[in-house]
Amino acid sequence: MDVVFLSRLQFALTIMFHYLFPPLTIGMAVVMVFLEARFLRTRDPIYEQAARFWTSIFALNFAVGVATGIVMEFEFGTNWAAYSRFVGDVFGSALAAEGIFAFFLESGFLALLVFGWDRVGPRMHFFSTLMVSLGSIFSSIWIVVANSWQQTPAGHHIVQMQRDGQPWFVNGEPVLRAEITDFWQLVFNPSTVHRLVHVWIGAFIMGTFFIMSVSAWYLLKRRHITFAERSFEGALLLGTIFSLGAAVSGHFQGQNVYRHQPAKMAAFEALYHTGPAPLTLFGIPDDDERRVKAEIAFPGGTSLLVKGDLKAPLLGLDAFRPEDRPPVFIPFVSYHVMAILGVFFIGLTLLACFFRVKGSLFQKRWLLWIFVVSVLGAVAANELGWTAAEVGRQPWVVVPPVLRGPDGEPVVGPDGFVRYETVRIPMARERAALQSALFAPPAGLRTKDAVSESVSAEEVLTSIILFGLIYLLLGAVWVFVLNHKIQTGPLALEPGGRNLREVVTARADHRQSLTEAKGP
Amino acid sequence: MDLHILWFVILGALLAGYAILDGFDLGVGILHPLARTDRERRLFLNAIGPLWDGNEVWLVTFGGALFAMFPEAYATIFSGFYLAFMVLLFALIARAVSIEFRGKMHAEGWRRFWDWTFFGSSLTATVIFGVGVGNAIGGVPLDERGAYIGTLSDLLHPYALLIGLLPAALFAMHGAIYLFLKTSGGVQERLGRWMWHTWGLFLFLYLVATILTLLRYPHAATNFQRHPWAVIGIILNLLAITNIPRALFRQRYAEAFLCSSITIACMVFLFAMALYPNMLVASNDADRSWTIVNAASSEKTLRIGLLIAGIGMPFVLAYTGIVYWTFRGKVKTEEAGY
Repeated sequence: MDVVFLSRLQFALTIMFHYLFPPLTIGMAVVMVFLEARFLRTRDPIYEQAARFWTSIFALNFAVGVATGIVMEFEFGTNWAAYSRFVGDVFGSALAAEGIFAFFLESGFLALLVFGWDRVGPRMHFFSTLMVSLGSIFSSIWIVVANSWQQTPAGHHIVQMQRDGQPWFVNGEPVLRAEITDFWQLVFNPSTVHRLVHVWIGAFIMGTFFIMSVSAWYLLKRRHITFAERSFEGALLLGTIFSLGAAVSGHFQGQNVYRHQPAKMAAFEALYHTGPAPLTLFGIPDDDERRVKAEIAFPGGTSLLVKGDLKAPLLGLDAFRPEDRPPVFIPFVSYHVMAILGVFFIGLTLLACFFRVKGSLFQKRWLLWIFVVSVLGAVAANELGWTAAEVGRQPWVVVPPVLRGPDGEPVVGPDGFVRYETVRIPMARERAALQSALFAPPAGLRTKDAVSESVSAEEVLTSIILFGLIYLLLGAVWVFVLNHKIQTGPLALEPGGRNLREVVTARADHRQSLTEAKGP
Repeated sequence: MDLHILWFVILGALLAGYAILDGFDLGVGILHPLARTDRERRLFLNAIGPLWDGNEVWLVTFGGALFAMFPEAYATIFSGFYLAFMVLLFALIARAVSIEFRGKMHAEGWRRFWDWTFFGSSLTATVIFGVGVGNAIGGVPLDERGAYIGTLSDLLHPYALLIGLLPAALFAMHGAIYLFLKTSGGVQERLGRWMWHTWGLFLFLYLVATILTLLRYPHAATNFQRHPWAVIGIILNLLAITNIPRALFRQRYAEAFLCSSITIACMVFLFAMALYPNMLVASNDADRSWTIVNAASSEKTLRIGLLIAGIGMPFVLAYTGIVYWTFRGKVKTEEAGY
């Protein structure tokens, strides 16, 4: 096993574990803002009860999210040093902006949110919830900006590094890196907005499905009925809107992917050959035979969605040099399962809305059971969407833009392959004759050239094993504690609708703590 | 001012901010075994509960700023010290979850496990920071591209390990004074004694480290000859260290805490002066060193970064102020907390 494979494996492991938490917290924070706003307006203690309960669960998810998130920032340097040298000027700025604009906001106000119930007034508490929610959204903006720049780079140029005022060569090769030319073009690169909207919707779906899952479980167990019904209804409304929104946003994103990363779209749909592209509902891509086996497909469907024409030819993998082709199996499967889950969410939420209007939703026990487990589908859809996006980006870590002709269409070279933009580096005079002929690299960076120079396979293997063990333990403890919190449930309201704060104070076993069940 | 120098100063300020703020909660972790009862342990945790997470963000932001403004230094340091960073990451993860998970269950074994995890991870993280500083002062071997070419064992020489103990003693002292301010009664009396013990230990290590540094790495002091004004940092450092026992004796504990904060800031300043104008010294060939100029991003990026920091930092200071003001005063175990 080589360093590249192992480093990719480690990044996949750590990011996929980390990404269980951010969408959950982004999604839950929005619901908490809603609940506290309702409380401020109506002063109905049921809303404060709900807000307190979800806040304590939010805090747990947030803590694990922070602990696993710091790993990500460090891993660019530890495992992807060559990448960091190449992109630091551009990518680093987005990451630093995330730290300054998002993390301080989140962590500061989280303290007031979790520990401040008795220290600040309800208005300040609401403001803190709003700020935490805003912070988590800011964080997603900057990280999606940074990632989108890798997919569809813009606002930069690739130049030779200077060393002591001279162009820098190592072993006769110029040392290249990307440098910012236009910050706003970098921020609003061609895929940022589409991807950000889709990421947000994914997060909101996850948050609302999580709340519906827990609420449905309470309803099935006939506990905390009023609380659970209110939470479920609120989350259902938002969940339905976001599920429908995901389909719309996914459609536009698909078109954008084809426009800017046609090789990725070919991998998503397993288009081995250029031509009219079917919309595959089921199939098993076979790289050796270069076709999709056991295919159930709507002919011309993808062409219709992307180009608005059943017969429009789309670029297949055969339009790219073998060394520029992404793998097919993982992007194809993860993309399709994500899309199928998206359709499932729409069907499920619309059905629940239908029963809600008829007034029989909470009697449909089978449907509530489906909601209890559907949160796993939401988690899977979020993870798989990213898997498709990142594996479909291969073999590049920074994808070079496709070279376009005057008509805006990709330029196909005499060998029949799509051309990428290349870098022209003015050579130092004495090297010009030697180098210029052989050096016009693509305006991107291959994943295999991005790993750390000074890290060995054994070291990465060691850290993967340790991460694996620690995350396994962490995941198990997280589920255990989460389950314990859910079993304990929200603080009960006493009949007569006393202020929750008085109720809490009166209960000796709980004191005023929400993050801990204290003993007698 | 030159942009490179300015960013070097800002990174120093972020590092000092991190060391002062996370310093006391790491110190609380190192002192955690001194708490005798479950109530005392919860008191310790509640004293830092709302604050430690925000304090750690200073490290995250320091890392992000290093990546953005000096990517070559970031890449070489993080990949070169690979296993050390992995252990640091595991320690930071373990620390975060031990604080969060400990109070969630009543079982004795559960709490003991997370108590020791909290102590062990706090101490490990602190020592690794110190070992990193020790290696940065000494320099490490780099190849022509500026990547690290040594092994893990090269990083664990006695000098670096000694420097690793220095922040452990310093943060323990800092944490003891912090806890003293936040507690009362019997536990506070014991902490009062520990403030003196940790101060003595720190002073001893500080003197040994200073002598060894001057003997082994005389280049660390050259900046003080070139820029005599910098001696102010040394004088301030010595005044702050010696004023701590005076303040303790006169029962001005807030003043003692201020002095330990100044001590930490001065230590970061001394470290920066030992490095400047380098970010990372190549011990095998001075020409390969990453200086603040050749490790830096383009001037345009440095300027954009300055704008981002200029907009963001006032907000950061405001949030930090609000949070510390809200949670001022003595802690109790009855409040919302761990």
